[in-house]
Amino acid sequence: MTAATAEPRRDAIVSVRDLQVRFQTSDRRATVKAVDGVNFDVRRGETFGIIGESGSGKTTIGRALVFLLNPSAGAVLHDGIDPTALSRRQFQSHRRDYQIIFQDPNAALNPRMTILASVLEPLQLAGVGNSAERERLAREALERVGLPQEFGERYPHQLSGGQKQRVVIARALTLKPKLIVCDEVVAALDMSIRGDVLNLFADLQRDLGLTYVFITHDLAVVSHISERVAVMYLGQFVELGPTEEVAERPLHPYTIALLSAEPRPLPSSMRQESRIVLQGEVPSPIDPPSGCRFRTRCPHAQPLCTERVPEWRELKPDHWVACHFADRPNFSNN
Amino acid sequence: MGEGQPAQRKSEVAREGARPLLSVRGLGIRFKTTQGIWQATRRIDFDIAPGERVGIVGESGCGKTITGLSILRLLPGNFAGLDGKILFDGVDLASCSPRQMRAIRGKRIAMIFQEPMSALDPVFTVGHQIAETLRVHSNVGEEEARARTLEMLRRVGIASPERRIDDYPHQLSGGMRQRVMIAASLICGPQLLIADEPTTALDVTVQAQILELLRDISETSKTALMLITHDLGVVAETCTRMITMYAGEVIEDATVDEALVRPLHPYTSGLLRSLPHLSPRHGRLPSIPGRVPSIAEMPAGCRFRARCAHATKGCEAEQKLQDAGGGRKVRCWRFAELNLPGALHPPDTSASARVARQ
Repeated sequence: MTAATAEPRRDAIVSVRDLQVRFQTSDRRATVKAVDGVNFDVRRGETFGIIGESGSGKTTIGRALVFLLNPSAGAVLHDGIDPTALSRRQFQSHRRDYQIIFQDPNAALNPRMTILASVLEPLQLAGVGNSAERERLAREALERVGLPQEFGERYPHQLSGGQKQRVVIARALTLKPKLIVCDEVVAALDMSIRGDVLNLFADLQRDLGLTYVFITHDLAVVSHISERVAVMYLGQFVELGPTEEVAERPLHPYTIALLSAEPRPLPSSMRQESRIVLQGEVPSPIDPPSGCRFRTRCPHAQPLCTERVPEWRELKPDHWVACHFADRPNFSNN
Repeated sequence: MGEGQPAQRKSEVAREGARPLLSVRGLGIRFKTTQGIWQATRRIDFDIAPGERVGIVGESGCGKTITGLSILRLLPGNFAGLDGKILFDGVDLASCSPRQMRAIRGKRIAMIFQEPMSALDPVFTVGHQIAETLRVHSNVGEEEARARTLEMLRRVGIASPERRIDDYPHQLSGGMRQRVMIAASLICGPQLLIADEPTTALDVTVQAQILELLRDISETSKTALMLITHDLGVVAETCTRMITMYAGEVIEDATVDEALVRPLHPYTSGLLRSLPHLSPRHGRLPSIPGRVPSIAEMPAGCRFRARCAHATKGCEAEQKLQDAGGGRKVRCWRFAELNLPGALHPPDTSASARVARQ
């Protein structure tokens, strides 16, 4: 049984099967395969991390998960159902359960609306209760993200970056979603308040039973918050497994290089001596390399890597990898 | 590089520590705003020795970028005044004429920025732009300028530079553009390179390449590096000394290892502790409560006081950047009695132990 045809797990809140998302370039002469055949399940109540560099397709996956854009091929199932098969009306109420939060709260908040008005808006659009009821729910959401009552009457420019991101989180919470896709939600925040916001995400998950898909380029963030993590390269997953496993016993050469490249705030005596510095940069997704897409930068590339696409296989329990040689002893430097 | 400078520089490096290359004293920058004059930075004191690599760290708005720009006297239009001295190789840049500054900028002090695309001119080839720097500052012919540009492109790790030299910036990737910027900044052999978040816009694997290049170039050509960044990991990998800024002031100045292992200022300690690298997975991240005071309403006394877990009576007094022994400086009167945790506390958490094992 290959991953592409696998039945969704019973605890899957989202099942992604052979997902492809293609874009036309602006001159319409070429097709960008932003996501090219990705399979995974997000389990209820977990935090699923997706890590990748710019252009890897991680943001595109996030948008496809909540149907901000439609798959070109393959399927995204929510709780086993295909939302594209729903009527327009059913779909409108269905999508409330699947929310997304972006990196820049300034772009997400209308500068001319008070904080309370911004948080009320989704409730109004969804036609929840009467106006008193909606205000109560909005104020509850603000309280839940740790903002004092008087913030409701303020405007975005009167808030700090961290506070604005809390407002955006509050707004996503008003409709009581089951899943929130978090796309680089702490990247724009200063380090001293990043921890606060990450702690808030953890609290909300515990109290409300939320499921997160956490998309980031930041290894430290993803490995702190996620139970499982997927590593993306040029539109495909190259590795997926429990965070502990991926971070400490990585199987794919790209993951190994990524972990090695991350600058660590440690004194010289504790820093690793030899690091793997990858040559070159990510090739264009318009014309990706044949066979294994990482082979052009891989320190272990063999002729086979040019000829054959590596199979997506479960090399260890729950730990998937796409590399011909991942099971060779001494391949990874662990 | 002309006028016998290389030889002079060599002798300076040999006497490292004897005389700083850059010595900033009491630097303060003021801006005009609709709400009056704002003091963006004040009382900035630090030295950079010849060939030394120093990181300036802090969060957004702490004044690290404006400090870098003020050394080159590249100040925005609403600039209202500068106090203090910026001694570079014995000359006070704060009192140089625009003409004198033009002779120094790009030649003896160069600067690179976060976004190479906005620093490169899209209508000229990269070769033209690098050679231009050289031809403005020294009397070299077109041919020699091109030859030296090629050599410099090779040095910064651009493969087949003879093919790339006539490319336009849009034909290059982000990492290559930053290499071009580094080539342009180094072509005149500056004594000091100021790099403001040079890798923030780059992917982590490309960032590793660029940091390695900066370190390597600084070591081989004895160029001092002033690296401005918010990323403590980048500083740890690249620099030997770290200057921490908060709310427009320098609050700590120590070697990177000392600052990471045993920070003396509560803010430096708080920053280190808030990094997810250093906390057990899925545990709660320590954070610094509150936010940086607004530039319009800076508190008197210690500016970190309202957020500091160790604040007490006495912190409302003005804090001086004081000598903490062993060349360290800290702007906290309680530093000697506080035993603050650094990157290694709590000892042997999974993260630090794990990294050590690798």
